[in-house]
Amino acid sequence: MGLEFTFARTTAGMEDSSFDILVLGIGNLLWADEGFGVRCAEALAAEYELPQRARVLDGGTQGLYLLPYVQAAKRLIVFDAIDYGLPPGTMRLVEKDEVPRFMGARKMSLHQTGFQEVITAAELSDCCPREMLLIGVQPVELEDYGGSLRPQVRARIPEAVGVAVERLRDWGCDVRSRGATVAAVLNAGALGMGAYESGRPPAETACRIGDARFL
Amino acid sequence: MGIYETQGFKLDNTGKRVVVDPICRIEGHLRVEVNLDGQNVIRNAVSTGTMWRGLEVILKGRDPRDAWAFTERICGVCTGTHALASVRAVEDALAIKIPENANSIRNIMQLNLQVHDHLVHFYHLHALDWVDVVSALKADPKQTSELAQSISIWPMSSPGYFRDLQNRLKKFVESGQLGPFMNGYWGNPAYKLPPEANLMAVAHYLEALGFQKEIVKIHTIFGGKNPHPNWLVGGVPCAINVHDTGAVGAINMERLNLVSSIVDRSLEFVEQVYIPDLLAIASFYKGWLYGGGLSSKSVLSYGDIPERANDYSAKNLLLPRGAIINGDLTRVHEVDLKDPEQIQEFVIHSWYKYPDEAKGLHPFDGVTEPNFALGKNVKGTKTNVKELDETAKYSWIKAPRWRGHAMEVGPLARYIIGYVQNNPEFKEPVDRVLKKLDVPLTALFSTLGRTAARGLECQWAAHKQKHFFDKLMGSLKAGDSATANVEKWEPANWPKEAKGAGFAEAPRGALGHWIRIKDARIDNYQCVVPTTWNGSPRDPKGQIGAFEASLMNTPVAKADEPLEILRTIHSFDPCLACSTHVMSPDGRKLAEVVVR
Repeated sequence: MGLEFTFARTTAGMEDSSFDILVLGIGNLLWADEGFGVRCAEALAAEYELPQRARVLDGGTQGLYLLPYVQAAKRLIVFDAIDYGLPPGTMRLVEKDEVPRFMGARKMSLHQTGFQEVITAAELSDCCPREMLLIGVQPVELEDYGGSLRPQVRARIPEAVGVAVERLRDWGCDVRSRGATVAAVLNAGALGMGAYESGRPPAETACRIGDARFL
Repeated sequence: MGIYETQGFKLDNTGKRVVVDPICRIEGHLRVEVNLDGQNVIRNAVSTGTMWRGLEVILKGRDPRDAWAFTERICGVCTGTHALASVRAVEDALAIKIPENANSIRNIMQLNLQVHDHLVHFYHLHALDWVDVVSALKADPKQTSELAQSISIWPMSSPGYFRDLQNRLKKFVESGQLGPFMNGYWGNPAYKLPPEANLMAVAHYLEALGFQKEIVKIHTIFGGKNPHPNWLVGGVPCAINVHDTGAVGAINMERLNLVSSIVDRSLEFVEQVYIPDLLAIASFYKGWLYGGGLSSKSVLSYGDIPERANDYSAKNLLLPRGAIINGDLTRVHEVDLKDPEQIQEFVIHSWYKYPDEAKGLHPFDGVTEPNFALGKNVKGTKTNVKELDETAKYSWIKAPRWRGHAMEVGPLARYIIGYVQNNPEFKEPVDRVLKKLDVPLTALFSTLGRTAARGLECQWAAHKQKHFFDKLMGSLKAGDSATANVEKWEPANWPKEAKGAGFAEAPRGALGHWIRIKDARIDNYQCVVPTTWNGSPRDPKGQIGAFEASLMNTPVAKADEPLEILRTIHSFDPCLACSTHVMSPDGRKLAEVVVR
């Protein structure tokens, strides 16, 4: 982790109000497969160069705080871990009007009811994206604090990113492959998947399980 | 322990038990259980955090300069505040001094968070505990306009404006798509506003939805990105070049002008909409002064917003620091985060393990080892708890105490401390509000007081934001553009072992981070977050936490519609997500409420 790098990165997100397409990864990267959405956004930003009108955002678990970004977008793609009730690792797409309803329809992780609320609030303020695509994967494991994606879920990232790229191109976005992966475009270096995983303390010193009621 | 007295409250858990789960989500979920007596008055309250959060342990062995990025992920709301506390802890440990500009920018970002968070909390997470949306449909737009014009010069106040808005609301209700309004206990007798006040508040709810998106742009400008802004040990990670007219690279005049304009508009919205609404709503609820809890007894603030860089002493902090205990409003005690006798965390009623659970541990020596075990009086099973046993372990939240006292933290705590210190910036606005509502000082110690203090603080923060913006501009014009000190960036310049404490006043209260560094790696890291204080379970002496105390002796109009419980717990702003997260998984019910 170098200082130059810290400085260089900071200008990346400054053109704040000029986008009308938003690609949002949501979830908590500290909770195993909950990090799927954020990791997809990270991979997209690392592998592709997007035009100014499209913004890739790590939404974390910000709930209502994501409203300003959603309000600014005419088109929205969301990556997330979703409890579809399907076999673990299954990827499924949900389109348009179904997105908020679907997201509120099942027992899901912390941030998702929050995100449903964001969509309805955007509707109430007459600033809701016209088009939405939810790219979700059924998680394998959520209760592994400090852990990372499980192999079946991780394996879905290229496919999920591919779907997003295709949709962005359908929307007239000039999405270009960078040719090589650029490190840590989206997030602080230490949270990048590689650094995050390699820096993890051993299980003996860092408890990884959660509340038995949620296991 | 069925019936006993503590902190001036008589606890009695023999009455009918009501369980509300989840009441909202705070770094996990919050669940509340209360016992009602024959008159539906709360006589026992149990608040529990139902999810493990062990950020501390996953930081072990990592680079201290990266800790802020992890701590930003602790919870969904105070991202920037956690990062601030984290870089301050590392700077304290390594004796790193930051430039004045960095201090000004950090203050602007922190104040900006206060303004945004308080505004969003009031309108979008808390207002509907006071405002009945369905009643707004019955309002007369003309009278609503008269009401609005009588309390503020805010221009959007014509009868036509309110009529259009009411029609929009009607359509929403008729379509069955109530959205955030879907889950209210509309018509509950605990709602006291006339239809016109309800309509005005709903109008401002919608206006605030539109306005809040402007405020956060400041974070993007100085933090480089949002919602997880960048931070830097030693300063702030943004270079400033006032002579650069291009948009690429350093922050330039065009960006600074945008900041200035957002600061001005925020102030206008807070003073012409938020504060008048707050006073109008309060005037109908001044007979409902429940929910004071610990606020009249024990409050704590670490203070924040240093006027000058690197001086974290109480006199240099614009938000007050201090502790009040035992209801003694004549004395503010000094607070020292590093004194092992002051802040200690207990786990006798928390799902953690200590070598000796009768004793507390200072965060420098903190241990975060989970131990999920239920008491013998629990009803239900380990995976489906119907009723908790508060005589045993019952929460994932530890119980922090200040010199042995359970404390309330947050805007009300800060205002009470500032008031007692006779600081005119806090005392005068409080006195004005009390006079305007014609209520005594004791009215401050209530749910309503908590909500009012947040509004006053929002206004205060908006003004201070302007102060630090002007200060930053003055410094830049004088030729000082330094934003970071990198002298001690390289671990080669660090001592072999070091420890430090960092603090901040998050919108919802006192936040502390404690770090021990060994061989340039994190050896121990502990966070005591505001909701750990407020949501704390009991301690070895049986003392209850701030949430629990705040519910005591409150009458509930309808046991199966715990509006009063939500109103009071929400007044602490336990997390952004309260109003969003009270939805149950099927998206219909407010929360699962079980009355036994």
